[in-house]
Amino acid sequence: MNDKELRALVERMVADLMGQAPTPQVKGADYHPMEPGPAVEGGELQDIAAIDLRRLYLVQNPKNGPAFLELKAKTPARLGMGRAGARYKTETMLRMRCDHAAAQDSVFSHVSEDFVKAQGYVPLHTLCKDKDEYLTRPDKGRRFDDEQQALIRKTLGHAPKVALVVGDGLSSAAIEANAADCMEAIRAGLKSYGIDPGPTLFVKYCRVGASDHIGELTGAEVVCMLVGERPGLVTAESMSAYLTYGAHIGIPESKRTVISNIHSQGTTAVEAGAHIAELIKTMLERKASGIDLR
Amino acid sequence: MREILKSVGIDIGTSTTQLVISHLTLENRASPFTVPRVAITEREIVYRSAIHFTPLLSDTVIDADGVRSIVGSEYQKAGLRREEVETGAVIITGETARKENARAVLAALSEFAGDFVVATAGPDLESILAARGGGADEYSREHRCKVLHFDIGGGTSNLALYDCGSLLDTDCLDIGGRLLKLDREGRVIYRSPVLEPWSSLVPALGQRVEAAGLAPLIDAMTEVLEKAIPKDVQVLSFSGGVADCMWAPPPDWRAFGDMGPLLGPALRRRLEGAGYELVRGAETIRATVVGAGAHSVEVSGSTIHCREVAFPLKNLPVLRLTEGEEQGDAEALAAAVERRLKRYADQEGLCQVALALTGEVSPPYRRVAELARGLRAGLEPMYTAGYFPVVVVERDMAKVLGQAMGGSPLLCLDGVSVREGDYLDIGAPVAGGSVLPVVVKTLAFSNSVPGGERRERRNL
Repeated sequence: MNDKELRALVERMVADLMGQAPTPQVKGADYHPMEPGPAVEGGELQDIAAIDLRRLYLVQNPKNGPAFLELKAKTPARLGMGRAGARYKTETMLRMRCDHAAAQDSVFSHVSEDFVKAQGYVPLHTLCKDKDEYLTRPDKGRRFDDEQQALIRKTLGHAPKVALVVGDGLSSAAIEANAADCMEAIRAGLKSYGIDPGPTLFVKYCRVGASDHIGELTGAEVVCMLVGERPGLVTAESMSAYLTYGAHIGIPESKRTVISNIHSQGTTAVEAGAHIAELIKTMLERKASGIDLR
Repeated sequence: MREILKSVGIDIGTSTTQLVISHLTLENRASPFTVPRVAITEREIVYRSAIHFTPLLSDTVIDADGVRSIVGSEYQKAGLRREEVETGAVIITGETARKENARAVLAALSEFAGDFVVATAGPDLESILAARGGGADEYSREHRCKVLHFDIGGGTSNLALYDCGSLLDTDCLDIGGRLLKLDREGRVIYRSPVLEPWSSLVPALGQRVEAAGLAPLIDAMTEVLEKAIPKDVQVLSFSGGVADCMWAPPPDWRAFGDMGPLLGPALRRRLEGAGYELVRGAETIRATVVGAGAHSVEVSGSTIHCREVAFPLKNLPVLRLTEGEEQGDAEALAAAVERRLKRYADQEGLCQVALALTGEVSPPYRRVAELARGLRAGLEPMYTAGYFPVVVVERDMAKVLGQAMGGSPLLCLDGVSVREGDYLDIGAPVAGGSVLPVVVKTLAFSNSVPGGERRERRNL
């Protein structure tokens, strides 16, 4: 069968279906829910986002529910959710949409200025004018204009041992949830190793590559950037740390060390901070990061 | 990253002396882009010695030279040099632990053991090692049930109760196959003193006995074992020499010159009759030695804080804060820790202790700093007395806690669960310095003898 014949066959099938299949007509009266809706207490619906999915098991009449729950404790995957006919249960479907909405929100929202101020971070921004430009022009999220460059130089001085940076990245929620505790742990850890951490920068519309411009401008030995990870359906609050020794414009990505999965269900913010502080110390001693550090 | 630890297990029991060598594989199970998570991924037994009778000079003295030459020749057969041994356990078990020179024998074996080999005697660790060697902990985890493990040896029965993989309780009973020894003609040549409460049922020394004549004694012994089973336990697992006799007794009951071949089948009949589910251990007569060789060591969490500590640390008594004490602010915490140290110092004299706490899930940094301040202040007497703080946290927070506490020497580790009264051995860091090998020596929680009286712990 050649391309032409195949195409004709598909066209015929589509035409058949269009002509014959009746559009399903479902009237409100036909709808009979299989389960009662959520109980409304005091006029308030339960916040479904607050339910810990690792402890939620919806299969009816399980052979061994507790055993399944024990397995579930080890994974954020949506297992054991039961089903209604061939489909998800309403609760599961709503939770998926809720988590998806939270992920989108964390990309499009901003880290609040109050948060930045309260932590005493020095606020900066890249060349991007707004979120749309940030998402469509990754290159602009890696560079600063003249005014911002001067501010970076002034804040960090010449050739500091370490430059600490927090960037919003693709999840503002991740930064607001984890950056403060993680950064406090990093700073305390560095001090315990006798390393002066200097001020912390906050970069709006930030890509990881902004580290390189900061390194280039200041000659910082190690640039350590906490940045919001692209959110998923498991959590919108996952943060990564990218550490680069001798960062400069054009440095290969393989020279970065990354610690990912920093959130309350993964590596906790404070323990990650302590690990990062030690990593910075090691990088300063070995004068390397990324694959060179192995 | 993959690293192999060589571990030795030596078990000097009432009737037999055995040795195993195992390879423990350490691997980082986390992705390269996250904080490392090192775990023991494989425990492989690479050498099993022959099963030797434990050499005795008399009923109360172990033949130390005899034991040494057994161990020496087994090392030679296995091609193992002393320096290669990185960890493991030497354990004197059962009745042998009560022999006069048990401690001297341990000392005599030290030349074979590496720096981080636990040497211990008595039932404390024995029950747990036997249960792990027999796979009872694994069985209860896999089947999500309570399992009572019996390791029935020559002189004692060591019990360990597991629920869904975690240890609930241990016990030790003076029931064993060799409490009575017979010669080839079936004449009694040894009566253990622990049979005293049953003297009316026990034949006299030199008396010739038949199987039927021992039935009342066997019956009394199996009754004690059955009574030890808690009400909510349905599954029983077995190891030790007597366990072999439960399923495959020798054709001639006098084959081993003891009561094992009578005790095993009688016990099985009684327990099956009572409706219990019986499981034969993955290891039987070798359960304790396999437990000592392959299951005595665990590893700490992979984020530890360690400053200028001279390893190994041995026999650290564990002082554990209560939940209430842990939740206090810095001042309350410091006072609680100090009180604990003082009470311990008054009773036992201050020594290098380990302070244990549960810790918190994903705490904010200010809480970590507060904990650190409290612990640091409370543990100050350790420095004054020439020791240093060792803090053991269950939850993943040791590194940040250690950095926040500051000071040197200092050791903070996590991922280890210990109880008040446990003892802890901690070896030098492995796997690139990221984790510490740890042996938790849990005490037997209760000891009982036939008749139900409590017995003193046999601690050497």
